[in-house]
Amino acid sequence: MKQVKQRRSGPAVPIMDAEAIRGSLQRIAHEIIERNPQLTRVVLAGIPSRGVEIAQRIAAFIHEIEKVNVETGVIDVAMHRDDVGTRSELPIVRESKLPLPLEERTVIVVDDVLYTGRTVRAAMDAINSFGRPARIQLAVLIDRGHRELPIRPDYVGKNLPTETREGIQVRLQETDNEADAVWLERER
Amino acid sequence: MTTRWTRKDLLGLRELSADEINFILETADAFKQVGTREIKKVPSLRGKTLVNFFVEPSTRTRTSFELAALRLSADVINISAATSSLTKGETLKDTARNLEALHADILVLRHSSAGAPQFLANRLKAGLINAGDGAHEHPTQALLDLYTIREKRGQIAGLHVVIVGDILFSRVARSNIFGLLKLGARVTLVGPSTLVPREFEKLGVEVSHKIDEVLPKADVVNLLRIQHERQRREYFPGIGEYIRFFGLTKERAKLLKADCLIMHPGPINRGVEIDSQVADGLHSVILDQVTNGLAVRMAVLYLCGGISV
Repeated sequence: MKQVKQRRSGPAVPIMDAEAIRGSLQRIAHEIIERNPQLTRVVLAGIPSRGVEIAQRIAAFIHEIEKVNVETGVIDVAMHRDDVGTRSELPIVRESKLPLPLEERTVIVVDDVLYTGRTVRAAMDAINSFGRPARIQLAVLIDRGHRELPIRPDYVGKNLPTETREGIQVRLQETDNEADAVWLERER
Repeated sequence: MTTRWTRKDLLGLRELSADEINFILETADAFKQVGTREIKKVPSLRGKTLVNFFVEPSTRTRTSFELAALRLSADVINISAATSSLTKGETLKDTARNLEALHADILVLRHSSAGAPQFLANRLKAGLINAGDGAHEHPTQALLDLYTIREKRGQIAGLHVVIVGDILFSRVARSNIFGLLKLGARVTLVGPSTLVPREFEKLGVEVSHKIDEVLPKADVVNLLRIQHERQRREYFPGIGEYIRFFGLTKERAKLLKADCLIMHPGPINRGVEIDSQVADGLHSVILDQVTNGLAVRMAVLYLCGGISV
């Protein structure tokens, strides 16, 4: 808790609480079911760390609704990023885990916040190094705009137009040991 | 646990914290997985140039670094002592500055003099990876040994690791000692008193000259090659005598615990420090070390080469 408060540099405004996040993910689950008649061919691939948790929750909702176990995976993007060599410190690279082969499957990339689109671009490159899925889709809890690449999400929990100097903080019980919430920081 | 890496050079394990060592090992987990993908290549170091500068001969370490760099999409140049201008009288520093003038981003250096990597790291902007300097350190070899032990046994803390052989001349032994102690292992060095002097006890390890007493208590036995090229006759009377007192023969291997790991940095001298049956036997993880070496070197190149200083 303390660490998080230190990271928030400006005044933070609550955008979503646990109930709102739950509702959004449940709706995304319904949309995924609607658009993918063959759910057994769907893989929910989360981007660490919150994307992985969100993918698990969506899979649980799909199971609740359709009684189908959708496969989940982890797609780490650190080694596929295009800004290596420009950072003064490097975060840890996590292991990617995807059910193989990917051929004939629909991989849904799952992340907490969609911003510039560069992370998603790296995730697509990472997925392609495992094989050639039939299609790749994108699910995010928050779309905050400001894309720098021609990428759009297929499933969005909440559209939240922001300014670049603002920041979005997603907190989840499992990854942050803090109550589920989305915060908007006014100034970074 | 550290969650960030901030160094451009890897000179030895002595200067690293336990957290930093664990950080490299965890990063290597991710890179080991890349080797199992359909496309065994990631774009992490695309556009970067790596120079393998091996003033002392080496095949396995050089090719391991080369393959690691290629899998990270870096461009690689190999320079050996014979093909470099060192034979024409150019100093090490001038050769290295020329390499830097070609915009090399990472220099992997193998050198017969201890301290050569430190000397260059202080003078170059490029990241410097020590691939073995004299009898000083060989950090990536020790890291791959640590990685292999951690992979096979789950953790390193609390394990009893026995290093056998030519410790005095071994940079592999030194780097292993630093790394193992930092991660909480107990270390015993075994060999003839001329090659394993009691002075090593000052580092915090145990020293023994009787292998048969130590083997039954070992969780890991790391056998070092008898380095003919560094040996002078006076260190031990002969190969036959060395085998009799310190070789891991198939008879001696019966003393080992059922789950003991046998390691060797290679190249192995079959029938000298280790019998063929033991090298190819159930305890042996020698080939896992080679596979893991690639993952560990990818991690080190990714970390040191990905930093902007």
